[in-house]
Amino acid sequence: MAIEFTQSYKLVNQKYDLSFKADVLVIGGGPAGAWAALTAKENGANVILVDKGYCGTSGATAPSGSGVWYIPPEIEKREEAMKSREALGGYLSERKWMKRVLDRTYENMNQLEKWGYPFPVDENGVAHKRSLQGPEYMRLIRRKLNKAKVTILDHSPALELLYDSHGVAGAAGINNQTLQTWSIQASSIVIASGGCAFLSKALGCNVLTGDGYLLASEAGADFSGMEFSNAYAITPKFSSITKTAFYNWASFTYEDGSIIEGAGSQRGRSVIARKLHEGQKVFAQLDKAKNDLDLQKWMRIAQPNFFVQFDRMGINPFEDRFEVTLRLEGTVRGTGGIRIVDETCATSVPGLYAAGDAATRELICGGFTGGGSYNAAWAISSGYWSGEAAAKYAFSFNRNSQDRTLIRKQVIGINEHSSTKNFLAASEVTKMVQSEVTPFDKNLFRTEEKLTPALLRLNQLWDEAKTSLQENHGNIVRVRESAAMLATSRWMYTTALQRKETRGMHKRLDFPKLDENQHYRLITSGLDEIKVNRSTLFQNT
Amino acid sequence: MIEILLEDQCVECDLCVKVCPTNVFERREGRAPVIARQFDCQTCYMCELYCPAKALYVSPNADEIVGISEQEIRATGLIGSYRNSIGWEKGQKSTANQDLAYKFYLK
Repeated sequence: MAIEFTQSYKLVNQKYDLSFKADVLVIGGGPAGAWAALTAKENGANVILVDKGYCGTSGATAPSGSGVWYIPPEIEKREEAMKSREALGGYLSERKWMKRVLDRTYENMNQLEKWGYPFPVDENGVAHKRSLQGPEYMRLIRRKLNKAKVTILDHSPALELLYDSHGVAGAAGINNQTLQTWSIQASSIVIASGGCAFLSKALGCNVLTGDGYLLASEAGADFSGMEFSNAYAITPKFSSITKTAFYNWASFTYEDGSIIEGAGSQRGRSVIARKLHEGQKVFAQLDKAKNDLDLQKWMRIAQPNFFVQFDRMGINPFEDRFEVTLRLEGTVRGTGGIRIVDETCATSVPGLYAAGDAATRELICGGFTGGGSYNAAWAISSGYWSGEAAAKYAFSFNRNSQDRTLIRKQVIGINEHSSTKNFLAASEVTKMVQSEVTPFDKNLFRTEEKLTPALLRLNQLWDEAKTSLQENHGNIVRVRESAAMLATSRWMYTTALQRKETRGMHKRLDFPKLDENQHYRLITSGLDEIKVNRSTLFQNT
Repeated sequence: MIEILLEDQCVECDLCVKVCPTNVFERREGRAPVIARQFDCQTCYMCELYCPAKALYVSPNADEIVGISEQEIRATGLIGSYRNSIGWEKGQKSTANQDLAYKFYLK
């Protein structure tokens, strides 16, 4: 019988079709990864950036774009900008970090202008840099990466980290198109692979399955704020366009046309969720912009794809009512992620850094982020800092004089031997995880009564997956994605059970009020046994 | 979801194969690429935006195949409308600098 060389077999036996070396490896090619790679390169490092999809179109930013937390360095304006976030975030953010991010974002956005990003200029000749068009931004950034000679490997998901006697020392993965396995030896690694939206088809989010969380956790890193992981976005029922700014001009109605009291885009989203959960249909119409044709024209230019969805369905969103739903955005517009231990965006694992949505955004947002603006600023800033620090780390000792044999750890889903029956398929795991994290009555309106049994099922699934989740017909990427989503759901719910209050986006129906005594962050760690610890904030005010 | 690849429009540049973040298309030797993994499509419209030949149509329906015919879609004139509205057609300028969001809704 011929030996079947599955991807798993090649990974387990470290039979790589391609091998590369770099000073810095960046995992993920959205804005955070791109800024990290550019900055590491600027600091003299050789950089390889791997993206699961295509750096330039991959991730939540490219197909949408967003506002950016760009505030001129005027004391009053910045004070106001910082203050406006603190209550919403449940006072878990830190002024020190907000200031740093505002400074860094200001610098880097100005840099983007110098690179030729076409910011709108007003009648006084002033360029306005408070928003970025995703396709334009990411195409420009890719050009800069090419020009800087950063090596980009597209369609190359990282599937596991590799180690040497110093600790993390690279990664291995496959190329989705050629099916070749690869390994990269590096001196430091930036994880910028985004958050986790559980394959909900929120715009651009299906590549965001928490892969980097799993890699980081397997290396020993921990998380902060994983209870802030239940963002849902409004979208027309048929659509993937989870862009919500224009619903500020919407009325929300029942099927019979009567108004749903309290429903809204910003404050009233849970009212919409409640109605949907009751089995009611919810309709929207942008009727508040109905008579303002200039505004309608501006809206079309600001968010072209918001209108593509309607034009193609023959809907006039200003005149017609259309059915809406909420799609899960999970931690992508939540604030939880890999814990950052210092100003360089280092994780608790030496040589491993985290940036963008993969990292916690509590530092600037606390437990709530109302939109992309803060996440965009965080991606730019944390990308910059992590890239700079990763380059310095790489140069801080001469690893090439050391034994750099890359070894692997046994990780979930990558097994040498595969059985043809009684195995757990990635698609099954994904479905089961989705059934626990998507329903509003589990994830949005949280109670111990619902969370406890959900977590029990997820933990049982993890135990089963550890021994029987495996590759089937070349789907090793799906296998690791499903494991990452499963682990993410367990970190979320384990942490959510520990926060017995309502704070930020974390709503507990059984503890509906903010509790002063729980003014701390929750740090989550572990894969098989998950632990949650408290971390008190000292620097607030 | 990606619905249509018009082979007679396609210039076989394989850009869609390259830029699709979820690897929906498959390259073919000496022929137009094929929509090989339609259900992996996340309806992000990136392929259509990058296609220089008006050969791709993404239906806004994210969860199911609509089954629109090539004839129907040609008649609508919607192919390439997204690229056009972003200003990426040949001879066009990006519309990013006309974005007046700062005036009317960004605070």
